[in-house]
Amino acid sequence: MNNAVIKAAGYILVHTQDMIMHNGTTQTVEKRVNPDSEYLKAVPNHLRSYEEVINYAPNQVYIGNMTPEALGQMEKPWVGQDVPNASRYGKFGEIMPQEDFIMMIKNADVFDLVMLEENFVAQYLEAYKSHELITEEEINRIGKGQKLEDIQTAVAAHGEAIYHNNQLVGCVKKAHDVDPNLNAHVMFENLVVKASGVLAFKHLIAKNNINVEDIDYVIECSEEACGDMNQRGGGNFAKAIAEAVGAVNATGSDLRGFCAAPTHALISAASLVKAGTYKNVVIVAGGATAKLGMNGKDHVKKEMPIIEDVLGGFAVLVSANDGVNPVIRTEYVGRHTVGTGSSPQAVIQALITMPLDLAGLKITDIDKYSVEMQNPDITKPAGAGDVPEANYKMIAALGVKRGEMERSDLKEFGEKHGMQGWAPTQGHIPSGVPYLGFAIDDMTTGSVNRAMIVGKGSLFLGRMTNLFDGVSVILERNPGKVQESGSISKEEVNKMIAEAMRDFAKHLLAE
Amino acid sequence: MNILENKKVIIIGDRDGVPGQAIEECVKTVASAEVVFSATECFV
Repeated sequence: MNNAVIKAAGYILVHTQDMIMHNGTTQTVEKRVNPDSEYLKAVPNHLRSYEEVINYAPNQVYIGNMTPEALGQMEKPWVGQDVPNASRYGKFGEIMPQEDFIMMIKNADVFDLVMLEENFVAQYLEAYKSHELITEEEINRIGKGQKLEDIQTAVAAHGEAIYHNNQLVGCVKKAHDVDPNLNAHVMFENLVVKASGVLAFKHLIAKNNINVEDIDYVIECSEEACGDMNQRGGGNFAKAIAEAVGAVNATGSDLRGFCAAPTHALISAASLVKAGTYKNVVIVAGGATAKLGMNGKDHVKKEMPIIEDVLGGFAVLVSANDGVNPVIRTEYVGRHTVGTGSSPQAVIQALITMPLDLAGLKITDIDKYSVEMQNPDITKPAGAGDVPEANYKMIAALGVKRGEMERSDLKEFGEKHGMQGWAPTQGHIPSGVPYLGFAIDDMTTGSVNRAMIVGKGSLFLGRMTNLFDGVSVILERNPGKVQESGSISKEEVNKMIAEAMRDFAKHLLAE
Repeated sequence: MNILENKKVIIIGDRDGVPGQAIEECVKTVASAEVVFSATECFV
């Protein structure tokens, strides 16, 4: 049977400087419990400019302008070092400024919930019009904007305010009088996920010459939930995003699993394609405003800028085998099961060595491990360490324990088989999938033959179980042979012969 | 003597390091130690 391939990938960031203070939970909770805090007073002095966000190396890697290898050559911390030739647009997508994104939130709204202030629209609509991925129909739907007094009235009536450069420039109204799941705050977060997912999807399509009408199915894998009081989390962001990008032949569904969801979605998409159910499946996710400035207190304490100032989004096209692009080996999947246990060794065995054993491979046979690619500039000052590095150390330790590598190779393992983390701490965004775009190059024209994508999720945050979760899958360089449907692969023939031999041996033993 | 003997133990585990449940299992090996709180946190 033919395995699915990673056909193309789109990645976007959105600089959301005002949303840090008004929508990031670290800041909104502080406003509630300690409104006069020194931290809140310090936040405005620790915000980066759009140019600084563009020039930041991990952000340039995220949109494909720099490789993970080039990032690995740079001294850490990366914050404060400007990258030469940095650009808003990259091979995979873009870093959008807040003013354009506020327009996109308006475009994501199909229930007349978003109000934009007339002067804001007058000031920024021309720039928005020049964006090559924004359609005329979308521009027309922005309208002329509304009076500031009307927006102030709507905010007073439980609307969620939208700010730009400290000015009130819009609002998201509540979508129901009493339903808490349709209140203005939830609608704002959901419209942000939808809008950033749409932006990633648009880049995926435009940059890879894909006919959007060829998309059969969309799996959305962020961490928000849309629904009303009778079905909280009923969905469906996937179809809403598909509609917004003109994927008229697609339906879809939302897949949830905290930060592990994108890897679950990748495995599901690849399985659907391999089974022949669909030919082209897009996995997509938008970003989370709640996580903006999540570790801001530590960053401010250490005299750093608040670098959790971007939303992340991605879209990846999984398609039928084309004989070229990296193959998703869904036969070789690792998973943390209910019975796995929680010791670090058990977790690494379930996620790393389970798929390797299925494939008959050693730990060192995987050229690149893409774990949670959290940016250490963000996590180290907050005391959470260097997450990818910690993962590589544990994988290497298991390699030594299995006798597959020497103890003396421990130090080099991360450099050789790993990468520095470049993704913002947006939960599901860093989890394994940031490498998929680079994997296409590395595994077609580059020297990587095998990679493993690993996603982990903190299920216990939902208070339904104490468990966490994780899944992984192996990607391989495409051997270039596309099997005709109905024929039997060499592996299947080998398996059938092996089974026949075993049966024969059993007979002999019985006699 | 084990440092945990006759102690009440508060455990804060890390999902990407050592989770609370794993630490709890270790503490349980000391009969006189009592786990009064155990949680796993996600720092990312």
